[in-house]
Amino acid sequence: MATMTMSRFRSGDRPARHAVDGARRINVGGSERAISVLTGGGMALYGLRRGNLSGLLLAGIGAALTYRGFTGHCDVYQALGMSSVGHKKQTAIPSGQGVKIEESVTILKSPEELFSFWRRLENLPRVMRNLVSVHELDGNRSHWVAWGLAGDVEWDAEIINERPNELIAWRSVDGSEVATAGSVHFQPAPGDRGTEVKVVLSYNPPAGQVGAGIAWLAGRDPHTQIREDLRTFKRLMETGTVPTTEGQSRGTCHL
Amino acid sequence: MKAVCWCGKGKLRVEEVPEPKILDPQDVIIRVTATTICGSDLHLFGGYVPTLQPGDILGHEMVGQVIEAGDQVKKLSLGQRVVVSSVIACGHCWHCRTEEFSLCDNSNPNAWLQERYHGCVSAGVFGFSHLFGGYAGAQAEYVRVPFAEVGAFAVPEEMSDEQALSCSDIFPTGYMGADNCDLRGGEIVAVWGCGPVGLMAILSAYLLGAERVIAIDNLPERLRLASDVCGATTLNHNDVEVAEALRDLTGGRGPDACIDAVGMEAHGTDVWDDLYDRTQQTLMMQPDRLAVIRQMIRCCRKGGTISLLGVYGGTSDKLPLGIAFVKNLRLRMGNMHGPKYIPRVLEHCRAGRANPAFVYSHRLPLRLAPEGYTMFRNKEDECVKILLQP
Repeated sequence: MATMTMSRFRSGDRPARHAVDGARRINVGGSERAISVLTGGGMALYGLRRGNLSGLLLAGIGAALTYRGFTGHCDVYQALGMSSVGHKKQTAIPSGQGVKIEESVTILKSPEELFSFWRRLENLPRVMRNLVSVHELDGNRSHWVAWGLAGDVEWDAEIINERPNELIAWRSVDGSEVATAGSVHFQPAPGDRGTEVKVVLSYNPPAGQVGAGIAWLAGRDPHTQIREDLRTFKRLMETGTVPTTEGQSRGTCHL
Repeated sequence: MKAVCWCGKGKLRVEEVPEPKILDPQDVIIRVTATTICGSDLHLFGGYVPTLQPGDILGHEMVGQVIEAGDQVKKLSLGQRVVVSSVIACGHCWHCRTEEFSLCDNSNPNAWLQERYHGCVSAGVFGFSHLFGGYAGAQAEYVRVPFAEVGAFAVPEEMSDEQALSCSDIFPTGYMGADNCDLRGGEIVAVWGCGPVGLMAILSAYLLGAERVIAIDNLPERLRLASDVCGATTLNHNDVEVAEALRDLTGGRGPDACIDAVGMEAHGTDVWDDLYDRTQQTLMMQPDRLAVIRQMIRCCRKGGTISLLGVYGGTSDKLPLGIAFVKNLRLRMGNMHGPKYIPRVLEHCRAGRANPAFVYSHRLPLRLAPEGYTMFRNKEDECVKILLQP
């Protein structure tokens, strides 16, 4: 059902193993290096003070983190072909950066019904959990507000391509706080199974690829988000509701 | 209201909890007049099913009276007596439209969680862990029924609560198990397990055209019900070698269809197989014990059907797939498609072709449910099924 491609996994971007073995290039960004040294040092001291086997293990990890901070080189990043060395803030999404997501779902409704829901962009916050609001400014332009980790994030977007009942494509306008581009495709599913809906989204996560990685570990990555949003879309369109158990009865098991 | 809450592995409490509210215009609230403990509740009780949380209300079988209905509910009226499908289905998605209600795309609010475990989403089930939606269960005085027009069915006046209660889960489950065998008339069907679902499978196999049903268990009281009430030929696996007996009873062919009404807590008759499964289950390496499936694959006639009704939970090894392949067996399985089968079994009951009320060996007030679970699990006092009265 789902495919996810993060550009950092593209084989072309990955440094060839033999080429980097000799040159242990810096691939950890400035602030992250400082954090690495501080946490690593702390862990090493704490671990040594504990003086037992697990303490020793902790000290080892701490020492490795400290070393990583000092040298600015991380083997894990290297193996993954990624880097947190800062890139300038830009509105476009340069190749090799950003996150690209593809997600599909089949909905037992006609392309016409699904398209017309989506084309009224103001409907989208009903199915996209991250969105606070969308206001259509004129035929092609719209203003988007989303929840962010540090307050709301806002941007203007424009529709750059539209084929009725088939496709809507948009991107954030130049100078926006968030650089994003996306499209949604509606295609009749074989065997009277409704419509295959595919969303393609690319954007630059706020903290770069490291941020995307951390978000993934915390289960809040945009891929999961889009998948859940599409599921909500399907549920709302098919059943007219989004099933929930919030607010139902349960016990406490307190004595 | 009072409700049976799971408070940890092997721990149940009847607690005072808030009464349910309408959360969606397609909901109804029913006042439960009869509910019961299912064999699969024992899997939950024993901690074999992950994602149950302390405080969860158990139970998925219920008969009751509609006391409140959401704005969009038109087909049900206040005061109406209904039986509710244990499986919750939206009625709108492609699977529901093709009557595969237990595969509903939309009724499980925790789809993301189930996707992590199973790689796919199936329907929500009342009181059956958060994997299956985390819906509050039926062992309570009141229950919220989501998508009520799809899952709640009017009970004909002439039917008793006991009869109707069986149509909530065990009868449609047994019926689907027999229906999955695609009987055309004249078949010999073997049913492993004479618990409530197994007994319903025997009744159903006859209703759907089986010539003879052979029932296998080791509890005399259950075998007695299988033979005396349901008309099956019975085998006690403590006394006879099942594979040999089945060959003898089928002219050497083996049963045309084999129905498993036992599931993940099967007791093997092969000491080493059983030890192997129990060890793996104890070490959390696999949640299932497979003795019954192995025996079914070995015993089934060539080209026959294996139909699984007992609940299985995870991945398992040592399945004799080679034998199944050589014999061209068909494997059918899964949770029952409640709204597909409930009208059929209700009609069989109404017309007097089946009376499933005989399975209830005990009646207890809801407040004694924890004792009921223990009694049912340990098969004390010849317990077959317990009706709970809120």
